Amino acid sequence: MKALILVGGFGTRLRPLTLTLPKPLVEFGNKRMILHQIEALAAAGVTDIILAVNYRPEIMEKYLAEYEKEFGINITISIESEPLGTAGPLKLAEETLRKDDTPFFVLNSDVTCEYPFKELAAFHKSHGDEGTIIVTKVEEPSKYGVVVHKPGHQSKIDRFVEKPVEFVGNRINAGIYIFNTSVLDRIELRPTSIENETFPDMVKDDQLHSFDLEGFWMDVGQPKDFLTGTCLYLSSLAKKQSKLLTPTTEPFVYGGNVLIDPSAKIGKNCRIGPNVTIGPDVVVGDGVRLQRCVLLSGSKVKDHAWVKSTIVGWNSVVGRWARLENVTVLGDDVTISDEVYVNGGSVLPHKTIKANVDVPAIIM
Amino acid sequence: MSLQIPHHGKANGNTGATKAVILVGGASRGTRFRPLSLDVPKPLFDVAGHPIIWHCLTAISKVPSIHEVYLIGYYEEHVFRDFIKDSSSEFPDLSIKYLREYQALGTAGGLYHFRDAILKGRPENIFVLNSDVCCSFPLNEMLQLTQERRAEAVILGTRVSEDAASNFGCIVSDSHTRRVLHYVEKPESYISNLINCGVYLFRADVLFPSIRTAIQRRADRPRLGSYRSSENLASSYMFDEEDSQKNEVIRLEQDILGEMADTNLFFVYETKDFWRQIKTAGSAIPANALYLQKAQQSGSSELSAPSANIKGPVFIHPTANVHPTAVLGPNVSIGPRVTIGPGVRIKESIVLEDAEVKHDACILYSIIGWGSRVGAWARVEGTPTPVTSHNTSIIKNGVKVQAITILGKECGVGDEVRVQNCICLPFKDLKRDVSNEVIM
Repeated sequence: MKALILVGGFGTRLRPLTLTLPKPLVEFGNKRMILHQIEALAAAGVTDIILAVNYRPEIMEKYLAEYEKEFGINITISIESEPLGTAGPLKLAEETLRKDDTPFFVLNSDVTCEYPFKELAAFHKSHGDEGTIIVTKVEEPSKYGVVVHKPGHQSKIDRFVEKPVEFVGNRINAGIYIFNTSVLDRIELRPTSIENETFPDMVKDDQLHSFDLEGFWMDVGQPKDFLTGTCLYLSSLAKKQSKLLTPTTEPFVYGGNVLIDPSAKIGKNCRIGPNVTIGPDVVVGDGVRLQRCVLLSGSKVKDHAWVKSTIVGWNSVVGRWARLENVTVLGDDVTISDEVYVNGGSVLPHKTIKANVDVPAIIM
Repeated sequence: MSLQIPHHGKANGNTGATKAVILVGGASRGTRFRPLSLDVPKPLFDVAGHPIIWHCLTAISKVPSIHEVYLIGYYEEHVFRDFIKDSSSEFPDLSIKYLREYQALGTAGGLYHFRDAILKGRPENIFVLNSDVCCSFPLNEMLQLTQERRAEAVILGTRVSEDAASNFGCIVSDSHTRRVLHYVEKPESYISNLINCGVYLFRADVLFPSIRTAIQRRADRPRLGSYRSSENLASSYMFDEEDSQKNEVIRLEQDILGEMADTNLFFVYETKDFWRQIKTAGSAIPANALYLQKAQQSGSSELSAPSANIKGPVFIHPTANVHPTAVLGPNVSIGPRVTIGPGVRIKESIVLEDAEVKHDACILYSIIGWGSRVGAWARVEGTPTPVTSHNTSIIKNGVKVQAITILGKECGVGDEVRVQNCICLPFKDLKRDVSNEVIM
């Protein structure tokens, strides 16, 4: 089987992290975002993966070569010379996608969930129509495009209603699909939208079904959602009693959902959790309080600091008695001086912050 | 007594007896020192480990010719009883008495009311100190100037920025002779940046006649001095009339000093040393810092020895319990029986008696009230103001807020809670983050 991952641009919404690495290479739950997807696809029997990007991803090639070897699969990069939207990239990769008759997966690279590719493929085969999209239940459907089924049908889609005022359903497009190769006949090689052009066309021909997602789902394209998505991911690991999580019997673990790379060092009298990810080679000092935060590799949080709802970028240093909160994001190699308070600061790489940031601000 | 002691110019440098008066005010004054003055009279509030008026007394005790000190104010008798008892044993050469005004008489009115007590023993000179200032009190230098110039009055002056000057009494002096040519209290327009520090030295035989003259003047012609323009002339007159019927409030600043500049040998001693007013509660923080730095410079044994975790100057009361991993200073005072937990950070702050600060908390530019509790990983924070500023408020998002965070008596800050630029009245528990608020 084959898969196409829609990566698109460099991921400006996830700046300042994406000023240093393209989004697919940012670690989510101590694993690069793209690797979560490659792992799940390989496990479902996918042998060819296409990354649809619209920038020159030199830095990605090294990692992709590694993953090809690790999983015994082919990974190719399909570069759009101009952005082709969400459907155009499929047409651009037509040759690979049509290399055999098996259906192929399409996924947005921003989406995190438990990736039920095997189940999706089985369901798709069972109904025999052209496409299946994964849908997820949301609490506030009025903010999204909602899927409406044919009367009396469990899965066949009748229409999409964008931001419905009146309740018409609570299932939304989760950004993960499987299609027969014939879908490529519906797409032209031009900037075009899968959601707004391809799907309505398929619905008209009764060719599109939905598949309910079990478990969590999150678009982690921006820092706030990246943090929320991490919490959901860690909760799902806890539910599965994953060995990856640090056991709650550790004296510093507070409230569970704590993921710590074995190479990280934790000081004395810390209180860590819930929902904390600590990457490789991170150093956490004594008396540190961490909750709902991500410490990326090589970062350091000094003694008595207090960090909440924050992403600490690679190699950054948080000073003693510093306090970070309210979706603060530190880019690569940022230094927060001792005793400084940062409220919702987005700090670009290589900056040193010496005075309080009292209100959310971008520090250039 | 047929042998009259000459007023001045004794060849051997000895001087006649000198007395000192500290004006302490009363409970109905000093409301700007709330919430701290809700629980302790402002003159007795501890900065750098001692009551504000202890610092005045210490300076007075260094003048050899002073043996008698009066505190004049309208607090109840018992308020200063313990302080006077303790100070009398600490300063055995000083006799300290509290003279209570039956009602607020004004700074000069109070002096005049107690003239018989003050003049007893025929003192030659009288120091008058406002208790709400923080400075090095260069009293011996003022006394020396009196002798050199045969002055009848000397005022302590300091230079401030031109913007700040009009908030104070302004002195115009002859730059060469240092004689005061003109004095005006809180002028509307810029007059001079040399301002009144609230510390005076008067010849006894000049002070009381000057006050008497002012009282006489008041009786002849009710004061109209407080009106600012012709529009409110009528209302200010009404107010004044009522005021003068009620009592005879005579103030040194408004009623005496201006006249003295015209009629007397009145000089200014300009200090280059530190000087601050202690008006708002937040101003206790710069005062604390300045007195601690002074103690450090004079090598005071009261201060904690500097170390990796003590960044001097730091005062820790002997009965306080500070964990060795806590990092304190600079400019921190820790009161009696205070408990400071492991990994705590305190900078530019006063922690008052019986307060408790739990592990890993951080306290910056704040006053922690008596018996207050600060939780683990809590952050209580004010905003530093420029060293030269005489203002304790700052503008944040267009709103004026107090720079120093103050917790009144027995307040609580929950674990991990952040309190920034807040004034918290006594007995409040803060369970959520707050900033830029007064919490009733």
